[in-house]
Amino acid sequence: MSVFAFYLFAISAITGGLFTVISRQPVHSVLWLILAFISSAGLFVLLGAEFVAMLLVIVYVGAVAVLFLFVVMMLDVDFAELKAEMAQYMPLALLIGLVILMQFVMAFGSWESAQGAAEQLAQPIPTDQHNTEALGLIIYDQYILLFQLSGLILLVAMIGAITLTLRHRKDVKRQDVMLQMSRDPAKAMELKDIKPGQGL
Amino acid sequence: MIQADLSVILPEIILALYAMAALLGAVYTGKDKLASMLVWSTAGLMAALGIWIGTSGSGTQEAFGGMFVDDGFARFAKVAILLSAAAVLVMGQEYMSRRGMLRFEYPILVALSAVGMMMMVSAGDLMALYMGLELQSLALYVVASMRRDSIKSTEAGLKYFVLGALSSGLLLYGASLVYGFAGTTKFAGIIEVAQHGEISIGMLFGIVLLISGLGFKVSAVPFHMWTPDVYEGAPTPVTAFFATAPKIAAMGLFARVMHDAFGHAVSDWSQVVAVLSLLSMFVGAVAAIGQRDIKRLMAYSSIAHMGFALMGLAAGTEMGVEAMLVYMAIYVAMNIGTFAFILMLQKDGQPVTDIQALNQYSRREPGKALAVLVLLFSLAGVPPMLGFFGKLYVLRAAYDAGLAWLAIAGVIASVIGAFYYLRIVYFMYFGDEGEDLDRTSSPVLWVFLMGSAAVMVLGIINMFGVDGAAAAAAATLVH
Repeated sequence: MSVFAFYLFAISAITGGLFTVISRQPVHSVLWLILAFISSAGLFVLLGAEFVAMLLVIVYVGAVAVLFLFVVMMLDVDFAELKAEMAQYMPLALLIGLVILMQFVMAFGSWESAQGAAEQLAQPIPTDQHNTEALGLIIYDQYILLFQLSGLILLVAMIGAITLTLRHRKDVKRQDVMLQMSRDPAKAMELKDIKPGQGL
Repeated sequence: MIQADLSVILPEIILALYAMAALLGAVYTGKDKLASMLVWSTAGLMAALGIWIGTSGSGTQEAFGGMFVDDGFARFAKVAILLSAAAVLVMGQEYMSRRGMLRFEYPILVALSAVGMMMMVSAGDLMALYMGLELQSLALYVVASMRRDSIKSTEAGLKYFVLGALSSGLLLYGASLVYGFAGTTKFAGIIEVAQHGEISIGMLFGIVLLISGLGFKVSAVPFHMWTPDVYEGAPTPVTAFFATAPKIAAMGLFARVMHDAFGHAVSDWSQVVAVLSLLSMFVGAVAAIGQRDIKRLMAYSSIAHMGFALMGLAAGTEMGVEAMLVYMAIYVAMNIGTFAFILMLQKDGQPVTDIQALNQYSRREPGKALAVLVLLFSLAGVPPMLGFFGKLYVLRAAYDAGLAWLAIAGVIASVIGAFYYLRIVYFMYFGDEGEDLDRTSSPVLWVFLMGSAAVMVLGIINMFGVDGAAAAAAATLVH
C-alpha cells in the first residue's frame, strides 16, 4: 500500500514539475507547481514527517503559490515572445541537458555510499517524540546558529526589498498622530457669529 | 556549552548586533542624514574587530558541534575581509554622498554582508557554508542595484541576482550529492569518508557541482560572465567593494571546503581547479585588451587575478594555501589603491571611466600618476613591486606540486596581461592631448592611493609579515 502511495506521489510530483516548465500558460505553470508541492507533502507524510508535510501545504501552497499566482496574473510579460527567444537556444540547451542527464545516470546508477557513511546517518525520525518536539529540539539546539543566520538573511531580504522599492512621495498627506493628539477645540475651531442677511 | 560557543563567535555577534542597532537607530531618527556618520562608525567597528581578531585569537576552536571553526586560517581571512571592507566603505563615502546615493542602508548592508563573509570562512559544515554564502550574496545583490534610478545599476543587480541564484542552485545540488554519498554534512565527517581513490563517481559529481557554485562566487572562467557587467553597472564604490572583501571570502571558503572536507582526495579535485585557474588567467588577460572602460577592465583584471589565486589552491599543498593567502592579501591592497584612483576620476563633477580620459595625466598630476604607475606595475607583476612576489609565490607553489605546465601558462598569461596595464601607463605619460579632468583633492582617497602605492614598494622588504601570518594560517588548514 505505502509502495503504491509512494509511486503515486512520486509520479505526480515529477509530472507537476515537468508541466511547470513546459506548459504554455504561466497560470497553468503555477497550478502544476501546486500539484508538485502537494505531492511532495504526500511523500513527507509517507516518511512520517507530518509536521513538515503540513508546513509545506500551508506555507508553500497556501501562501507562496498563491502569491505567485497573483504576481503572474498581474505581470504584463509576453511569455510567448520570451519563449520564442528561448527557442533559438533550444538545440544547445537540449545537448547540454542530455550530457548532464547521462552524467547523472552514471552517478546514480552506481550509487555507492562511501564507507562509513551508513554509520554517520542519524536515525531520521525519533520514535519517542512528536514531530514538532523533535524538530524544535534540533532547530533550537543543534542548529541554533543556522536558525539565527537564516533570520539575518530574512532581515537582509527585508531591508533590500524596502530599499529598492520604497519611494517617499512628498505630495501625499500623511497622518501625524502627535499632531492629531495635540489638537484642541480652542485652536482647531473658530466660532463666527454671522448676522442674518450678511455674508462672512 | 552554549556560552563557550557564543564566545567563539563573539566578533560576528557584535557586528550583527551593531548592524541591527544601527538600522533601528537610523530608521527612528535621522534616516539618510545619519548615513555619513554610519559609514564612519561601521568602518571603525570593522577595523577594530579586524585588529582584535588579528591580535587576540589563538589555537583552533570549534563551536556549535563543529559547524563553526575558528582557526588561524579563518582569522587571517577575517582580518583581511574586515580591514578591506572598512577601507572601501570609507573611500566611497564622499563619492556617494556628493551624488545623493548615500543611503543609510548601505553601511548596514555592507556590515551584514561582512557577517556573512566571516561565517563563510569559518564554515565547518555544508549548511553553514550555504547560510554564510547566501547572507553575503543577498546583501551584495541589493547594494549592486543601490542606484535604483539608473538602468545600468538595476540591470547589474538583477543580472547578479539571477545568475547568483543559479549558482546557488548548483552549489546546493552539489552539497546534496555530497551529503547523500557521505552521509553527513560536517566537513570533519566528509573528510573521513572521502579518501584517496575511494571517492565514488556520485560524490565526485557533487564536488564538481560545488566547485561550479564556488567558481561563480570567485568569478572564475567559465563562470565569469556576470563580472564585467556588474562591475560596470554598479556604483563605483560598490564595485570597489565587490573587487575586494567578497573575493577574499569566496576564495577562503573555496580553500576551506577543498581542504577541510576533501583534503584527503586532493588528486580528485586539483585538476578541476587547475583548469579553472588556467582559463581564468587567459580569458582575464586576453579579454581585457579590448576594454575602454576602466571598471570593465578591472573586472577582467580581477578574473585574471582569481586565476592566479586558484593556481595556489590547485597545488593542493600547504604551501599552495599560503601562496593563495599572500596573493589575495596583495591583490586586495592593490585594488584598494586602484579603486581610490578610479573614484577620484571625474570631469565637471561627473565620474569618468573611459581610459582615454587619462591622456597626459602625468603632466597635470605627477604625484598621483606616479602612484598609479606603481600600482599598475604591481598589478601586472613587474618585478620590483609587491605584485610580482605574489605571483612568484603561487608559481612556486604550483611548480613544487608538480603543476609545472600551469606555472608556465601563468607566466605567459601574465605577460599578455601586462599589455593592458602598461597601456594605461602609456596613455598617462605619452598619450595625446587629453581632456582636462577635475583637480579634486579628496584627502581620504589621496591617502588610500598613496598608502597603497607605498605598500607596493615598501612591502618588498619583509611584506609587513603577511607571509609569516599566511604560513601559520595555511598550517592550520592543511593537515
